[in-house]
Amino acid sequence: MSKAKIFLCRCEDVTLGEFREAYTEGFTELESLKRYTGVGTGFCQGKGCLSEAAGELAVLRNIPAGEVRLTNIRPPAEPLTFAQLAALEVPAASDDTEDKS
Amino acid sequence: MIPLSSGPVPATADAVIIGGGVNGLVTARELAAEGMKNVVILEKNYIGSGSTGRCGGGIRQQWTTEENIRLAQESVELYENMSADLGYQVFFRQGGYLMITESEDDLPALRDAVELQNRCDVPTEFLQPEECLKIVPDLDISNLKGATFCPKDGTAYPFAVVWGYARACHRAGVKTFIRTRVTGITADDGKIRKVHTDRGDIATERVINCAGPWARAMAAMVGVQLPNKQERHEIMVSESLKPFLDPMVISITNGIYFSQSLRGEIVGGIGDPAEPGLEDPALFDTRSQLRFAVRFAKALVRHYPRAAQVRMMRQWAGMYDVTPDHRPILGGVPGLEGYYHICGFSGHGFMLGPVTGRRMARHIATGEADDIITSLSLDRFAKGDLKPDAFVVG
Repeated sequence: MSKAKIFLCRCEDVTLGEFREAYTEGFTELESLKRYTGVGTGFCQGKGCLSEAAGELAVLRNIPAGEVRLTNIRPPAEPLTFAQLAALEVPAASDDTEDKS
Repeated sequence: MIPLSSGPVPATADAVIIGGGVNGLVTARELAAEGMKNVVILEKNYIGSGSTGRCGGGIRQQWTTEENIRLAQESVELYENMSADLGYQVFFRQGGYLMITESEDDLPALRDAVELQNRCDVPTEFLQPEECLKIVPDLDISNLKGATFCPKDGTAYPFAVVWGYARACHRAGVKTFIRTRVTGITADDGKIRKVHTDRGDIATERVINCAGPWARAMAAMVGVQLPNKQERHEIMVSESLKPFLDPMVISITNGIYFSQSLRGEIVGGIGDPAEPGLEDPALFDTRSQLRFAVRFAKALVRHYPRAAQVRMMRQWAGMYDVTPDHRPILGGVPGLEGYYHICGFSGHGFMLGPVTGRRMARHIATGEADDIITSLSLDRFAKGDLKPDAFVVG
């Protein structure tokens, strides 16, 4: 089996081949690769694939893995239903910041 | 290939565009189409990383002033042809906009708006609450007093739009630099001379400020004072569902808006009156807040109870560039030749960017006057010649 058919992102069915193709189309950062291929946008929100994607991008760009800029992490940490969220009290304004940009 | 130039910037350019969002990319592409050579875009992060890529993707013609209606109409025509024009799928879908209200007091204004829109050939209709169920069968109408619906409004995928334009720019010879910051702009004798970046300087006679929430700071580099203030707004997506929701639903009562993307996610946000208007980019804070998630979830479940068991996947924030009349600022300023701004869209840059960019490119390339640009010029604030629109939501 070709390595290109390996699933990089199992939630969104993104293969290594598709990820590499997106890179050659000019999506050279994880933030853009995420939005173009859908990698990391599924149910696990990247917990299962982001490190693999970063490693693959390091190989494609021929840079150390530590130099790959990761995507911003978006809350919630686990998907929550709107009913769960709606049951909470509204926090005061300018409170409870969680996520960087 | 999406243009992602690296290395030093060119020493000269016919025009330098600050900002790689919808406004900058459309304007660059249209300038090239007008025959301008050597157009450069400078983007400090990545394509669409600012307000464009953070927006809800809605495009509506339901406004309360004729000028806004006509402009939005022109924009919808561009969106209708955009995928073909760019050779790139932008996922424009005309599911309509359903604007709902919970206040009897809004009904005369809604009816007036429908009449004005119909006069402009926008096919909006006024709906009684129970008529909304034909469009959104599971909407909770118990608190609704009325609604308006325009089937020709719609949504597009903001990133696909910027990628499509970025490719078109590349084909047309525009050079786009990402991860490139503007550090200064030099003008003398009342003329633009040079743009300074962290990759080197570009000698140019034209600079076009499409920096969105950062436009105020860019303008200040050449002594232009914009009245814009920047407000943080939040938005979220849910897990993907089968198609169930045709239109964008938007409440003029509480500011919630939600639609379903072609990927199946509910995409939605809600305005927060507690958000202050800022003037200093150092104060922009686009970290997510639980407050937004709770306010949005409460409003969504109230209007659409069946969404209760749907899961929210992620939330994010972006900045609106808000003007005193919630309308964009276009054109230049007297006494500073070669400086232009396309900013101040107040949350509507994605919906209007294709048409304002096209008009501005023609104006810049040919010098021809444009009635829309004249009407939306910066001096309207000093003159007090404002035509604010009543339908500013979200």
